[in-house]
Amino acid sequence: MSEAVVNLVLIEDDKEIRRFVQSALGASGYQVWPAENAERGLIEAASRQPEMIILDLGLPDRDGLDVIRDLRAWTAMPILILSARGEETQKVTALDAGADDYLTKPFGVPELIARIRALLRRTLPREDGGKALVEFGDLRIDLAHRTVSRAGEAVHLTPIEYRMLTVLLTHAGRVLTHRQLLNEVWGPSHVDRIHYLRVFMAGLRRKLEAEPARPKHLLTVSGVGYRLEI
Amino acid sequence: MEAPRPDPDALLAKLEAEEVRALRGKLKIFFGASPGVGKTYAMLVAARQLQAQGVDVVVGVVETHGRSETAALLQGLEILPPSDIEYKNRVLKEFDLDAALARKPGLLLVDELAHSNAPGSRHPKRWQDVEELITAGIDVYTTVNVQHLETLNDVVSGITGIKVWETLPDRLFDMADEVVLVDLPPDELLQRLKEGKVYLPQQAERAIQNFFRKGNLLALRELSLRRTADRVDEDVVAYRRDKAVAAVWPTQNSLLVCIGPEPGGEKLVRNGARLAAQFDVPWHVVYVETPELLRLPEARRTRLLKILKLAADLGAKTATLPGEDAALVALTYAREHNLGKIVLGRRSVGWSAYRFPWQRRFSTRLGAIAPDIDLILVELGSETAERETAEPVPQATHMRIAWRQYGLALAAVVAVSLLVTPLRDVLELANIVMLFLLAVLFAAIKLGRGPALLTAVASVAAFDFFFVSPHLTFAVGDAQYLVTFAVMLTVALSIAHLTTGLGFQARVAESRERRMRALYEMARELSSALVLEQIEEIGDRFVSSTFGVHAHLLLPDDQGKLPVTIERGDVLDLGIAQWALDHGESAGCGTDTLPASHFLYVPLKATMRVRGVMAIAPRQEGGLLNPEQQRLLDTFAALIGIALERVHYIAVAQEALVSMESERLRNGLLSSISHDLRTPLTGLVGLIDAMMLIEPKLEPQHQEFASAIREQALRTSAQVNNLLDMARLQAGKVTLKREWQPLEDAVGAALQARAVVLSGHSVHIDLPGDLPVLELDAVLMERVFSNLLENAAKYTPPSSVIEISARVVGGEVEVSVCDNGPGLPPGREQAIFEKFTRGHEESNVVGVGLGLAIVRAIVAAHGGRVWACNRTQGGACFVFTLPVGNPPAIKEEP
Repeated sequence: MSEAVVNLVLIEDDKEIRRFVQSALGASGYQVWPAENAERGLIEAASRQPEMIILDLGLPDRDGLDVIRDLRAWTAMPILILSARGEETQKVTALDAGADDYLTKPFGVPELIARIRALLRRTLPREDGGKALVEFGDLRIDLAHRTVSRAGEAVHLTPIEYRMLTVLLTHAGRVLTHRQLLNEVWGPSHVDRIHYLRVFMAGLRRKLEAEPARPKHLLTVSGVGYRLEI
Repeated sequence: MEAPRPDPDALLAKLEAEEVRALRGKLKIFFGASPGVGKTYAMLVAARQLQAQGVDVVVGVVETHGRSETAALLQGLEILPPSDIEYKNRVLKEFDLDAALARKPGLLLVDELAHSNAPGSRHPKRWQDVEELITAGIDVYTTVNVQHLETLNDVVSGITGIKVWETLPDRLFDMADEVVLVDLPPDELLQRLKEGKVYLPQQAERAIQNFFRKGNLLALRELSLRRTADRVDEDVVAYRRDKAVAAVWPTQNSLLVCIGPEPGGEKLVRNGARLAAQFDVPWHVVYVETPELLRLPEARRTRLLKILKLAADLGAKTATLPGEDAALVALTYAREHNLGKIVLGRRSVGWSAYRFPWQRRFSTRLGAIAPDIDLILVELGSETAERETAEPVPQATHMRIAWRQYGLALAAVVAVSLLVTPLRDVLELANIVMLFLLAVLFAAIKLGRGPALLTAVASVAAFDFFFVSPHLTFAVGDAQYLVTFAVMLTVALSIAHLTTGLGFQARVAESRERRMRALYEMARELSSALVLEQIEEIGDRFVSSTFGVHAHLLLPDDQGKLPVTIERGDVLDLGIAQWALDHGESAGCGTDTLPASHFLYVPLKATMRVRGVMAIAPRQEGGLLNPEQQRLLDTFAALIGIALERVHYIAVAQEALVSMESERLRNGLLSSISHDLRTPLTGLVGLIDAMMLIEPKLEPQHQEFASAIREQALRTSAQVNNLLDMARLQAGKVTLKREWQPLEDAVGAALQARAVVLSGHSVHIDLPGDLPVLELDAVLMERVFSNLLENAAKYTPPSSVIEISARVVGGEVEVSVCDNGPGLPPGREQAIFEKFTRGHEESNVVGVGLGLAIVRAIVAAHGGRVWACNRTQGGACFVFTLPVGNPPAIKEEP
């Protein structure tokens, strides 16, 4: 990614946050276009054609959710949300409205960069071009043959567990809300059965994680959903 | 050292016991043909066997009648002391119902089910006590003799010649879960009698000697055997009905018993009960109250109500139906309730056969209009013995008024005669007749039925005597005047009858309209009432204007108890009021429950529950029993109840609105505080990160300072989080977002969130695979684990071991987070859960002591408990419980 400059639009009302994001990301090779309110941000997003948008949910002029919906009306570019802890419902609503991931304030620059990379990995052309074999930790997932093995041993997954794993895999590094997972694995008629999701996730962890209560890959994001960390 | 906490096994046992007790108790009857067959003995033997099996057996009341073998069986059984009831300066010992209910044994022995309680007891009859015991979930063993069964009562008195006064509704006998027939052949019984083993009270010895004749005993034995066999047969039928799907439409054969105002109603009802039992069908008893019957004296109407009550006690549905045409009303009722057989009384001998043409007309008319319905006529005979004796003697003033009206009636006839005599030759006879009819009309309007009839007859006589030749004799010259007399008499009688009938009906209609208007007015006023005081005032006003008595509303508190410190508490019996409230039935004066009380307590039933009790002092004894008044009072009570419920829900809605509004405000305030506090901290952390990233790099010492600033900023942020969490949890009801999930989700999330703090410690996790899913708020539960883990990490030296474990104990999951550090300061295991409290005050560990307070608030909101203790092998343990609940079923994958 080094040769092509990555453009980001940052919509955030706090001057200091804008300043540090801009300088820290600039130092890491990103071009950041700051905007102090939603109106300005939408103009920047349309005119700069960025690869990604970083959006604070607490803006002075408009509700962050409205901004997400406006953006989603015309673009599929990744949206990273900045929000405060203890507002899980707000985060879930934002994610379900089309945001791709979120960061909780206060956050450090390393976390921010990690999130941005995870989101861009999905959208930027990948060198491996969607290969059929995925490996991380001691896990090896063969998407062509639909087989999973852990530390060389074949693991038998039920159809639902396998589908759950592949859905998480296509969004690796990103948080998926309960609703999104349920919708993709069970279908839209099951989006209220969160307890199904939790029980099957526990089963999947037992099969794939060395310590199911201390998962390394299948992470719980309390009150929001799950994230597959590769 | 272990903190004291309840033994989980004991808790479980208690829960199970409560569940069993919530069910209805079982009733077992030891049934015998006569005294002396050994019912009490058999009951005690059975009870002792159960006691040996560990059942909690208590003797409520047992009459040993001085029999030593029976008394011996009482040894070793707990006996409830009887309560003393004072009656007419004597102290009577009675079974103590309240003590039995409070004691709540597994099995209670109550001898002599048909016993009548002393006046002043809660119920007039012991069987009513037993009903209450069973409803409260207590099993009861009891004894009954065949002659006490209501429907067999007259049969037995027919056989033995002794009238038994203490009777028991058959319903109770049929409702019993088990009936044991205690049988003894008459010869053996007589032998026992001779040996003095049967108790005989001195005063009634002769009568009882008469009773114990072999013929009697044989007949009674047969009766009791047959009754028991009937019951067994019913059991078989009921069993078959349960099992077989294709059951006949059972109510097609149901019975409707119509009672009228004449004597013999009791017999009719008993017969109906027997027929219904034989056909094994439900039965109804109705009394059609026609306008004529409304004129019956109060005592006769009360008697009818007693018959209806007897029918209800025998298990019938009863109704008083207002209407003009008795046959039509009864038929409509039968059709509406799908009743195929109508039982009527008939009287074919004696003078009363002719005296009550109404009854005969009724049956023939019914037969004519409903040929498809079976009529069953019950011969009532010419029983004069059953005739009521207590026909009240009209009071003297009443009589005087009546005599005066009859006098006026005669005076009217005399006046007409005197007036017309001078004009005898001028007026046509036809016109004279008209003038007499005018007098009849006057009497009918002004004086009432009797005087009007007298006027009619006297007018004809006067007309004959004074105006038909030959004058001044009753002899008639021309035979055609006989026609005139006949027509005149008929017309006069009809005028008298119709006019008085119309007047009466107008009065009835008027009073009905007045009642309707009162109801309408009351409903209208209640619908606009906004506070309880208004409802109280409206209720009292309408009850006093309609019934002439004051009504006091007694309203329960949140626990469903009537407040003790109520005004007028000295006059009202709150115990009875509480009973009426709990059971949703009227109690006190004029009812079955504590009828000796001066007040009538009517429950104010609404849709959701009983909202209160209305206490009413009746004008005279039993004055409120009259069915229209009863209905009106019930309607009043229902209206008040509904109004109370409406006001209650208005309050609930307002409360909800206020709490919603304050919750919204609170959340808005907290999130703006949280935003304002976190934004600068975010800037601080981010700016330091940026500073470290940007070229040129900082010098190592400056880098160290920068990281220290960063760490302080993050710590401040954590404190802000704690303060905001505590503010949220403290601000009122914690609204949980509970979802079913495995506990390990929360543990995993907390470990992940506290990874940095825990990096120097090793964490062992022991969560059994079969741990049930729990209904938790995921975010808050992660907080609980985060705070406990952070605490453990803060107060133990590096490389200490932290253990997280969980197990199911009873209906709860017990989760513990333990460490092998220095442990808690002794004696402060509970104090550390308080806000701003820390284990060691002078500790150099950073924190303000909110973490554990938050843990406690969250666990409590989940319905759990939390405590801390030191482990025997060293180190502190934090334990909390979470209720297991009923996890939803999860469809397994194929």
